[in-house]
Amino acid sequence: MLKDITIGQYFPGTSLIHKLDPRVKIAVTALFIASLFFISKFYPYIFIVLFIAAVIKTAKLPVKFILKGLRPLMFIILITFAINLFMTKGEVLFELGPLTVTKEGLRQSVFMALRLVFLITGTSLLTLTTSPIALTDGIERLLSPFKKIGLPAHELAMMMTIALRFIPTLLEETDKIMKAQMARGADFESGNIINRARNLVPLLVPLFINAFRRADDLATAMEARCYRGGDGRTRLNELSFKNMDYVVLTGMTAFFGILIATRYLG
Amino acid sequence: MNEDIMIKIENVSYEYSSYIDESIQLAVKDLSLEVKRGEFLAVLGHNGSGKSTLAKMINGLILPSKGNVFVNGINTRDEERIWDIRSTAGMVFQNPDNQIVATIVEEDVAFGPENLGIPPAEIRKRVDDALEVVEMSEYKRHAPHLLSGGQKQRVAIAGILAMEPDCIIFDEPTAMLDPVGRQEVLDTVKKLNKEKNKTIILITHFMDEAVEADRILVLNEGESVMLGTPNDIFRKVDLLKSMGLDVPQVTELVYELNKEGYDFRDDILSVEELVDIL
Amino acid sequence: MIIEIKNLSYVYNPGTPFEKKALDDISLGIEEGEFIGLIGHTGSGKSTLVQHLNGLIKPTSGEIIIDGDSLSDKSTKLKNIRQKVGLVFQYPEHQLFEETIYKDIAFGPKNLGLSQEEVDERVRHAMDLVGLDFEELKDRSPFELSGGQKRRVAIAGVVAMKPKVLVLDEPTAGLDPKGRDDILDEIRTLYEKENITIILVSHSMEDIARLVNRIFVMHRGRLAMDGSPREIFGRSDELEGMGLGIPQITKFMKKFKASGHDVKDDVLTIEEAKVEILKYLRGKKDA
Repeated sequence: MLKDITIGQYFPGTSLIHKLDPRVKIAVTALFIASLFFISKFYPYIFIVLFIAAVIKTAKLPVKFILKGLRPLMFIILITFAINLFMTKGEVLFELGPLTVTKEGLRQSVFMALRLVFLITGTSLLTLTTSPIALTDGIERLLSPFKKIGLPAHELAMMMTIALRFIPTLLEETDKIMKAQMARGADFESGNIINRARNLVPLLVPLFINAFRRADDLATAMEARCYRGGDGRTRLNELSFKNMDYVVLTGMTAFFGILIATRYLG
Repeated sequence: MNEDIMIKIENVSYEYSSYIDESIQLAVKDLSLEVKRGEFLAVLGHNGSGKSTLAKMINGLILPSKGNVFVNGINTRDEERIWDIRSTAGMVFQNPDNQIVATIVEEDVAFGPENLGIPPAEIRKRVDDALEVVEMSEYKRHAPHLLSGGQKQRVAIAGILAMEPDCIIFDEPTAMLDPVGRQEVLDTVKKLNKEKNKTIILITHFMDEAVEADRILVLNEGESVMLGTPNDIFRKVDLLKSMGLDVPQVTELVYELNKEGYDFRDDILSVEELVDIL
Repeated sequence: MIIEIKNLSYVYNPGTPFEKKALDDISLGIEEGEFIGLIGHTGSGKSTLVQHLNGLIKPTSGEIIIDGDSLSDKSTKLKNIRQKVGLVFQYPEHQLFEETIYKDIAFGPKNLGLSQEEVDERVRHAMDLVGLDFEELKDRSPFELSGGQKRRVAIAGVVAMKPKVLVLDEPTAGLDPKGRDDILDEIRTLYEKENITIILVSHSMEDIARLVNRIFVMHRGRLAMDGSPREIFGRSDELEGMGLGIPQITKFMKKFKASGHDVKDDVLTIEEAKVEILKYLRGKKDA
């Protein structure tokens, strides 16, 4: 069951958005996030919402998935809301016991909470429409100019790919080990924090050994398939910009450029 | 070197130090062998007999302590040409999971050709062809961790095929599979030998897999004990058993009957053959 | 009855697109002292069934009663159940974690809250049962051993809990012929010495045929057959239809009989076949 969960929750599809070069999507996401931090008024948020809606519609993403991405971070959103609500100084609206709610606080808390929501949603859009492998390829290509200054872009990308590949496998292994130890009377649930940490040893030791063994086997297998680092490697699916990529990139740069500018203009 | 000989193993030994008492042990002792092009050779031996060590010396993953290994005339000690050796002598390992690198089947099959710097269009063709041969084309864009053991091994085999090797070494490829998976892999191995003319070296401890080979090398304690056709090898029931190996049940039955004074052909390997001779 | 299962069903991921009925209305009873073989193709539900026996998985519907305690009863302590039903998973050596073999085998008994003396006795006894030398190995690291030896340590770890029922899931997986024979011999010895109920899950028909006295056949989540080895392996066509085989020697005897020779074909081992064939050949000579 655990192995059916895809990391980053990629939602496969054939929409225009899915087919965009991952570098474009990464860049647009970066612009999106940047604009969120520059926007200082409420009205540009309408365009943010329109943007998100347009992406969801075009990529045919189920809204359920977007909301699922928000759920684990609900706590942080609420804390942010509360802190801004009660901590901002200004024109007092009303008091709740020791806590004061100001007009500025109300505005600030709503603004910040919305910013968080859009931030999380925006990154979800990226991972929902871009497969882990496309993302890794995109990041590798974007980082490759930095190889000149010693950044091991290829190695980092390879590490990410292998990690992604093995997460479901290791989760399965964890499940097996847990069950085997539970069958011997191990208890992973009860006790205080210290006890529970200690009780994890029968789980973590075999898991680590397993992971190292896999790594060793995999390295041997990769060597047997002539892997010798990134130099001279070609790719089955070379990333290359198509017309639509240029169009979207230009369009989105303009769009978010304008949104950023709203901070300084009217 | 004779064009007919794909792999030449010349007086090869492999030393390692035991990590219990640090004494020098020999995993392989003065082994010599020639593997003909297009041959299907099985290497049979119990766990610890040196068969995996031997396998890894063939494609240069490890170098012999003494002696030499030549693949298509190239010495595995030649650091410049080791990649030529590995692309022509591919290897499939025992653990189906620990050979798969990518998150999508076709990407994994492409891994080998990518390492060889093959142009993308050619990689595409090789990947499609290789998946076709192992009958996994419909799983091209699937995630490997959702496949069965037999399917994963076939993807691993496709990954080697995509490098277009002359020879494929299988290191206990079915040890971790269920009966269905074992059959899938063995059928693929036979197909590669008979239809694609690949030289096959199959390392195993299952005699029913070795039965299909042209020749069998039996290893014990790192030494070559027997080398011959399946018929030659399996009639030596006592010797095989003393080395911790098995024979097909029907072969053992004939052996038992012969002990009672009968004189049946002792190279029976299958149910059909036994029914015929009785 | 030591194990009683009534109308057990189990569904994975209910209510999602990944929903799958792994067990479908299974009912069976196991008496103390039986040696059961559980066979079935991969995906037939063997592992799922077996994990219900010690409460690792809870049924979607149906009841499981272990030694008189119903698993659906809130007052039943799972720890007790896990002591009574010992489960050895596939590749059990992957669960080893302690610094010494002694400590690893002691893990189970310690979790049961036994005294130091009792734990010590259990470890010694368990090591003896699986053929491990106590004095030589107790302070060694389990990771120094060979695969087969490590497996013995893992099995000892479960045996040390003195279960009434021992379930072994493919104990010979990945072992070579000698390793396989050794482990099966030890299991046989365990059965005879300790008077324990054993459930052996295996894909090897030959192994099952020579050890067990009752076979359950699983197919697509249902209990398809339940009977003695002779009965079950006699139904070779049905087994084949389920993607299962029969021991090679049994197959041979069937074929031989089918081609007109007068022999018994419900043979399970080479020894039995030898007796039958000798009888036949001597009969032919005299005729």
